[in-house]
Amino acid sequence: MTFPILSIIVFTPIVAGMLILLMPAQRKNEVRVMALAAATFALLLSIWVYFTYDSNAAGYQFQETYNWLPALGIGYHVGVDGMSTPLVLLTGVVMFTGVLISWGIEDRPREFFAFLFILASGVFGVFVALDLFQLFFFYEIAVFPMFLLIAIWGWIVTREYAAMKLTLYLFIGSVVSLVGALAMYWVSYQNTGVLSFDMLQLEQANFSEQFQIIWFLPVFLGFAVLGGIWPFHNWSPDGHVAAPTAVSMFHAGVLMKLGAFAALRVGIMLLPQGAQFWSPLVMTFAAIAVVYGAFIAFMQEDMKYMIGFSSVSHMGLVMLGLSTLNKTGLTGAGVQMFSHGVMTALFFAVTGMIYDRAHTRQIPELGGMSKVMPFAAIGFIIGGLVSMGMPGFSGFIAEFPIFMGVWYVQPWVAIIASISIVITAAYIMRNIRDVFFRPMPENLEGHITDVNVLDKVAIVTVCVLMIVIGLFPRVMVPMVQTGVDNILRLLGGA
Amino acid sequence: MSYTPTMFLSILPEVLLLVLGVILMIVEPFWKGEDRRNAGWLTAGGLLAIMAVSLLASRPGEPTMVFGGTLRYDWLGFFFKMMFIFGAAMTALFMMDHETLGKRGESYILLLAATLGMNLMAASADLIMLYLAIETTSIPLYVLAGFMLSDERSTEAGFKYLLYGALTSTVMLYGFSLLFGFAGTTNLYDLASMTVAGQLPVGVALGLVVLIVVGLGFKVSIVPFHFWAPDVYMGAPTPVAGFLSTASKAAGFAVLTRLFIVVFPDISYDWASILAVLSAITMTLGNLVAMKQRNIKRMLAYSSVAHAGYAMIGVVAVSELGVTSVVFYLLAYIITNLAAFGIVMAFGRITGSDEIKDYAGMSRRSPGLAIAMLVAFLSLAGMPPFGGFVAKVFVFAAAVQVNMVWLAVVGILNSIVGVYYYLTVLKVVYLYRMEGENEEAHPIPLTRPYAIGLVVLTLGILLVGTIFAPWFGFSGAAALNLF
Repeated sequence: MTFPILSIIVFTPIVAGMLILLMPAQRKNEVRVMALAAATFALLLSIWVYFTYDSNAAGYQFQETYNWLPALGIGYHVGVDGMSTPLVLLTGVVMFTGVLISWGIEDRPREFFAFLFILASGVFGVFVALDLFQLFFFYEIAVFPMFLLIAIWGWIVTREYAAMKLTLYLFIGSVVSLVGALAMYWVSYQNTGVLSFDMLQLEQANFSEQFQIIWFLPVFLGFAVLGGIWPFHNWSPDGHVAAPTAVSMFHAGVLMKLGAFAALRVGIMLLPQGAQFWSPLVMTFAAIAVVYGAFIAFMQEDMKYMIGFSSVSHMGLVMLGLSTLNKTGLTGAGVQMFSHGVMTALFFAVTGMIYDRAHTRQIPELGGMSKVMPFAAIGFIIGGLVSMGMPGFSGFIAEFPIFMGVWYVQPWVAIIASISIVITAAYIMRNIRDVFFRPMPENLEGHITDVNVLDKVAIVTVCVLMIVIGLFPRVMVPMVQTGVDNILRLLGGA
Repeated sequence: MSYTPTMFLSILPEVLLLVLGVILMIVEPFWKGEDRRNAGWLTAGGLLAIMAVSLLASRPGEPTMVFGGTLRYDWLGFFFKMMFIFGAAMTALFMMDHETLGKRGESYILLLAATLGMNLMAASADLIMLYLAIETTSIPLYVLAGFMLSDERSTEAGFKYLLYGALTSTVMLYGFSLLFGFAGTTNLYDLASMTVAGQLPVGVALGLVVLIVVGLGFKVSIVPFHFWAPDVYMGAPTPVAGFLSTASKAAGFAVLTRLFIVVFPDISYDWASILAVLSAITMTLGNLVAMKQRNIKRMLAYSSVAHAGYAMIGVVAVSELGVTSVVFYLLAYIITNLAAFGIVMAFGRITGSDEIKDYAGMSRRSPGLAIAMLVAFLSLAGMPPFGGFVAKVFVFAAAVQVNMVWLAVVGILNSIVGVYYYLTVLKVVYLYRMEGENEEAHPIPLTRPYAIGLVVLTLGILLVGTIFAPWFGFSGAAALNLF
């Protein structure tokens, strides 16, 4: 038996969370150190997985299978492929930086880190799941801590509203998908005589075209709600704004990928003919999200709302890439999930640092931050360049193939969607100018301090990733391509 | 009728319950003052010991009829018995520090008597035995519900429960007597062969089904026989309300499943349709009304009505997986809801309030109790890794399997409503603060019985929700006995 590295990654956060809950409430520093230790451990393991994944061999690696409930064919089956390995790494990075950024939380840090880690376990669990039941199991685990994290530690003005809205949206989405999953399960049993939730088994279930066309939309859209797809994106900016910094990072950085990833894994990979039938509709939704999200982001004066809508726009690009169903587009989507994850985590981190010091996120009320927190300013600028899709950064490596892939299928959509690049550049540059380089307003003068060492470590970590992928795409692109090849095999062709 | 060892083994848990009751009666007068609550330790410990002994010694093999066909010795009955005994043990722990119940030996003896009745309900295979068992269960519970004589609400609860119970069980008894009149036998399994052979006209059989649903619908509190639940739960002593909403409800389901699936197999489509509609209405009404409640016991009462609706989905699937999922659902539900009532009890004992708004600041006053509440409520809402999630998935899977997708969809819409109001309570617990008070100055100390009971139940919720294969195996063995 091989070393169960994926299981260890999945269960490290939740076990650490439970241990943290058992610590005395007053020992806040010990709680933080424990959290950081666990996050570092998970990050190191996910780096290990990333670098030992064999792109030449491709396929699902580090697999582990255990019987969970044999009577119903429920198994615990984990494994990663070229699509999910970068996402595991992403989760490790966001968890690590999230803990660093949250060091200053004084209100019940014990519960905060415990809930955050339960969330992290759920996210890891979905990315490595190869069993449909297990996927749902972890998916829901990733949803409910969000409610508590936002409602308790969030921005006091909107937190109750946003937390409930977010939870209900995501829960409705996931249960809609669940019905579809149960239907797949029973039909697969009728077709093949094997009672199993294993997705590798369900791939061979020979679902009829009619069945696929009926069930693709509920399953895909149910998950895509979490991916922020238009017109079900509404919960997402509200959630981002209300959440505390680390949770915003998790939410935009990782959770939205969870939706896109599950939509891909369950929707497109298990119901490929349904995907082909509905791809024009998905593409339309995605293109609207891309352009509309960018426009709304441009109109915002609150930094967090701006980034929240820019996430809708960028996740729209992921969906756009998925909807092309060709190699170029899917590869772009895979890289974009990672690239946007680190980028948006960085944005939220910097925004959180500014808010903690200036107590406002209104762009017109801010200014001159580059003088007092140059480090954060550089980080934000690098993130901005990624966001604009500047060559030399990971954003380019991701967005260019997406647009190319769309061009093969629907040139018009590519042209319309590319409007977003211009708008993105406009709001990012405006934000950089106003917040960082304008003279500082008088009421803030003297109150703003530089970011601390922990924040700097977090910023450097994500910036390095974005630049490395931008300059050396081969550290990620070939790996993602192996995952894409597998999807194309299921789509039957190319 | 000659004696066989099987006969003794088949009623071993009941015999031991009786023995425990006698021991309790003998020992209890010797305790004075504060020591009198030791009766609770004795009851809880004794019940757990009975459970252990029964699990070791009297696990059933092939289903056999014993005592002239009045009882059936099978896994269905046995698994339910274990659930009742476990529920009673936890209830005994929660009763210990209740101001009126705790130091009164009678309350524990009534609890044991009710448990004995439930055990017989789960095992009985004969209409007369069944009716006697139901009454044996109900009468002690009437008394327990009205136990706090100086409290008007409790008296009202006891009386209301009695009136409703008496009325519905009379209707059911009328159904039983007609059944006997038409078929000439009271044995369920003989009745089965009569109905299958077509000796019982379909119209008559359906009429009888309706009469019986009245009586059992009261026990499991499905709409429209649920009206007693909120008032009784609110008025009755909280541990008793917890017992009513879990073990007593499960006992109703044990009878319902066995009776309908065994006696009326060839009109299963008809009664399943009736129950499916009732199930949909029950879930919807329970959840919608629960949303509006300000008192936590009333909220849990309506939520338990809703849960009866979810569990009913498994019954109407009329399949092996369906029954398995009902049994599993009830297991998860019993553990979860006992925990919920235990928390309400522990909280109400210190603060003297059951209003949801008074739960503000609870996570600061007692972080441990708040975590237990989080686990219990999220399990009720159907979130993993807690028992409620898998239980819900199983009943929905059973519905989809028999092409009742509509019922699964109704169930799912309802669980969304459920998520809303359970989370609303958790929001009060975790987010809101006590007005102008420092919460840390108002801790909620847990006495030892609560601490033990809640730890056991919380771990149980996690255990059922993560390592579910063994429980599912037992539930499946129970279901197999019906088909």
